[in-house]
Amino acid sequence: MFNEEIVKPENLVYKKTDVLTDVVMHYCPGCPHGTIHRIIAEVIDEMGIQDKAIGIAPVGCSVLAYNYFNVDFVEAAHGRAPALASAIQRLHPNHHTFTYQGDGDLAAIGTAETIHACNRGENIIIFFVNNAIYGMTGGQMAPTTLVGMPSATTPYGRRVDLNGWPLQITELVAQLPGTYYVTRQSASTAADVRKAKAAVRKAFENQAAKKGTQFIEFVSTCNSGWKMTPVQANEWMRQNMFPKYVLGDIKLEGEIVRPYNPEDSKVIRDLVSVK
Amino acid sequence: MAIKGAIVIDVERCKGCGVCVSVCPKQVIALSKNVNVKGYNYAEMVNEDCIGCASCGMVCPDGVITVYKAKL
Repeated sequence: MFNEEIVKPENLVYKKTDVLTDVVMHYCPGCPHGTIHRIIAEVIDEMGIQDKAIGIAPVGCSVLAYNYFNVDFVEAAHGRAPALASAIQRLHPNHHTFTYQGDGDLAAIGTAETIHACNRGENIIIFFVNNAIYGMTGGQMAPTTLVGMPSATTPYGRRVDLNGWPLQITELVAQLPGTYYVTRQSASTAADVRKAKAAVRKAFENQAAKKGTQFIEFVSTCNSGWKMTPVQANEWMRQNMFPKYVLGDIKLEGEIVRPYNPEDSKVIRDLVSVK
Repeated sequence: MAIKGAIVIDVERCKGCGVCVSVCPKQVIALSKNVNVKGYNYAEMVNEDCIGCASCGMVCPDGVITVYKAKL
């Protein structure tokens, strides 16, 4: 079906930004990495900072992100993206350095780099894609895996007495004085994409004003690792991830606006009493 | 004067994930019975109800959807 009266260049509403290359992404069908890549690329395009943006690719599914962004990119060792970004941003203070990391990279092997970069208040942006699983290696348990959530290494669900609590690193870094803007977003619906884009734009603007570390978490899915269709995975995320990883701003202009999720302390108390 | 929209899908890049089908408010998109060169059932327009809201384009992980809107 093709309407020649409507499909004209002057009627264009939406198209893929040129800051993303035409390379076909290697991600599984329905993987939110593609959407999150596009959100970041659209903001870079709208702000006109394509020649000043420097990305740091992590280890994980997004290891090949440098193939898809039409900006300068550096590949970091596993978990070391914030350290590399610190160095690059210090050498090029008027550029926009951002890291793009998954939860296995940022919240497991790279915890030290993440926390120290945030604590030093490096003028970088950290994009943290949290899908609660190690997606690339086959769906093993990650620090962010929810309690009771099955994974390849916890087939009967994550147990607190054996595997500990899910790590809420976004709440953790919000406590550090170096972070200026900490928020949690998602990219599963058009409304979420619009909100996430506004948050990404704010982070780049804060970075231009040299305010400190900007930390944006994207609650995401891994439909292959979760063994679901993409649409089911989005629904599962809304029902199970959002109560634990609550969307919204956590730290705004250096002030914590949502100190602690009271539901979390309730859940922790319940589970401790069960044990 | 009615606002009409249309989408153009890059069939060969589409991976048939179906996220666009789930977010379309007018049920304009469906997965095709045919497959592209990689074997995915690509997304396609199945009726003329498109309003050009661009929700599908915004959630498409592979950026294959181009959206047009016009007053006719």
